[in-house]
Amino acid sequence: MPADRTTKLVTAHFGNNEARTLAGYERMGGYQRLRKALGMKAEDILAEVKASNLRGRGGAGFATGMKWSFVPKDAKTVHLVCNADESEPGTCKDRELIYWDPHLLIEGMVISAYCLRATHNYIYIRGEMMREVAVLQKAIDEAYQRGYLGANILGSGFECHLTVHRGAGAYICGEETALLNSLEGERGQPRLKPPFPAIKGLFGNPTIVNNVETLMNVPFIVDQGGAWFAELGVGRSGGTRTVCVSGHVNKPGVYELPMSITMRELIDDVAGGVWKGRQVKAVIPGGTSMPPLAADELDVLCEFDALMTDERIRPVEVLPGQLFDMGGGRNLRTMAGSGGVVVMDDHTDIPMAVWRIMKFYAHESCGQCTPCREGTGWMEKVARRVAFGQGKPGDVELLATIAHGIAGNTICALGEAAAWPMLGFLTKFRGEFAAKLAGAAA
Amino acid sequence: MSLEFSAEATKKIEALCERYPTRQPVVLAALHLAQKEHGHLSDDALALVARTLDLPLAHVYGVATFYTMFRRAPAGTNILRVCTNISCMLRGAYDVLAAFEQKLGVKKGGTAGAFTIVEEECLAACANAPAIVCGTRYFLDVTPDQAGAILEELRREPRPEGEVV
Ligand SMILES: Cc1cc2nc3c(=O)[nH]c(=O)nc-3n(C[C@H](O)[C@H](O)[C@H](O)COP(=O)(O)O)c2cc1C
Ligand code: SF4
Ligand code: FES
Repeated sequence: MPADRTTKLVTAHFGNNEARTLAGYERMGGYQRLRKALGMKAEDILAEVKASNLRGRGGAGFATGMKWSFVPKDAKTVHLVCNADESEPGTCKDRELIYWDPHLLIEGMVISAYCLRATHNYIYIRGEMMREVAVLQKAIDEAYQRGYLGANILGSGFECHLTVHRGAGAYICGEETALLNSLEGERGQPRLKPPFPAIKGLFGNPTIVNNVETLMNVPFIVDQGGAWFAELGVGRSGGTRTVCVSGHVNKPGVYELPMSITMRELIDDVAGGVWKGRQVKAVIPGGTSMPPLAADELDVLCEFDALMTDERIRPVEVLPGQLFDMGGGRNLRTMAGSGGVVVMDDHTDIPMAVWRIMKFYAHESCGQCTPCREGTGWMEKVARRVAFGQGKPGDVELLATIAHGIAGNTICALGEAAAWPMLGFLTKFRGEFAAKLAGAAA
Repeated sequence: MSLEFSAEATKKIEALCERYPTRQPVVLAALHLAQKEHGHLSDDALALVARTLDLPLAHVYGVATFYTMFRRAPAGTNILRVCTNISCMLRGAYDVLAAFEQKLGVKKGGTAGAFTIVEEECLAACANAPAIVCGTRYFLDVTPDQAGAILEELRREPRPEGEVV
């Protein structure tokens, strides 16, 4: 049965302070799915996860079952790492998920670790999330006491350890290979891929990195089956989606919704419409790294494939008439990304918003690759002078050229994360940049 | 001056070392603890971490200078991390930041008595923008006129980041 707006999996315990304690969580049926999983064969759990069409909620939407199946069968030591670094601007679901339901994350991780035969596992949590670090550590301590973690989980013979590893302020540590370096006690700089972490990751061992929300969905798949989960969704995207709506809406919030909802319904019905009776100008659909949607592109589904391929979304250009090539001649429309939906009303100063976004990427570039280190810095400087009315003729083309020079030429996807929104906003709001320049010349 | 860790911190560090195949991964936790116990990461504090984990000082220095939460200079007890990123900016975060700067009489990055103001990137509280975090305390949906009351609360009940390490 497809999900509807009342279907709640990962957010079912939002607002309920009892779920945070082990006793409360157990009363709500907690850890029963772990018991069930421990009675299953690891390969059968993998088959269910594959059948579920669960896709990664961290940004790329990669099929979770497929990722898990890349781990070599004969691997002696495997690690599972939860990515709780959530720092993509506009994204605030993982922090709330941990705060309201820490045991669901632990249960999801132990089940996933059992499937992957991973014994020493980590949660990499953002350093600034001090309240959530405390909540999570308390939950883990409780789970150890009750034998849901430890040397012999519920007498099954399976050993699973979970350690909270706290970051210290660096957006780039959300990128999975930077995260692994940070976990190893290095500077958080991304690694060249391949090898991919599933082959050679933490401490040189095969490692699966998954987002908080991704892992929290696993208990439901074990409980009700992969086919059930797949049916909740749309097409190749199983389950529900947790989106964070922020910006100029009446009811900003974290909402778990069916994949079949459109961006317009999300804004108008769920988030209470645009504030102050205004209209939408632009919407960032999945964190600031993703190109925006214009006001006439909101009838698309908030689903992974739709946001990439729906032809009602105008593809991103480098310069007018020259489409941006994603490689292999593929167009770039946008992506579901991290679920961070940022709504901008018709009073928004787009060049100013773009400058703030560029300031972020310039600050967060780790500095390893010249196109990213220099390019994000230049984009910030040029975007700033345009935004503040001091732009020079040719600045719009200059911004596009810099962005185009970064994308595809860097070690990690932070390069794209900065270039895509730049090109996307220029494609759809070129007139606003031109008006700023005209104002500057006058 | 040679610094030391408290017995409690030493115990924490040793317990953490059990959870990794080598001691190096514990460097972030040890730096958090050193910062808690010694206020900031002076050269002596870095040397303490290096000595405790058997790491080259250069490695510890490299790590300490990569992450924004580690500071090489003293700061106030309360670090006000004021987000001005996109969702917060759209709902007036720059006015909120300005209100704190004005009340405390220092610019962002500066310290006034028990307070340090930091302009922060997205705090993952965008649905409650503008957002501020101070230790384990979040201030959500903040308006500029709340600055005085927020400072008052933190004077009564400080929220040092070292609460959690
Ligand atoms: C610059 C950058 C930042 C990222 N930040 C995060 C993050 O904060 N949280 C997250 O889960 N994934 C983040 N990702 C994606 C991860 O690299 C990785 O793909 C993800 O954690 C995999 O989990 P999933 O398959 O469950 O989505 C980031 C990627 C890039 C390039
Ligand atoms: S693309 Fe940017 S953030 Fe990524 S490795 Fe290169 S310099 Fe670092
Ligand atoms: S943009 Fe301020 S908390 Fe996310």
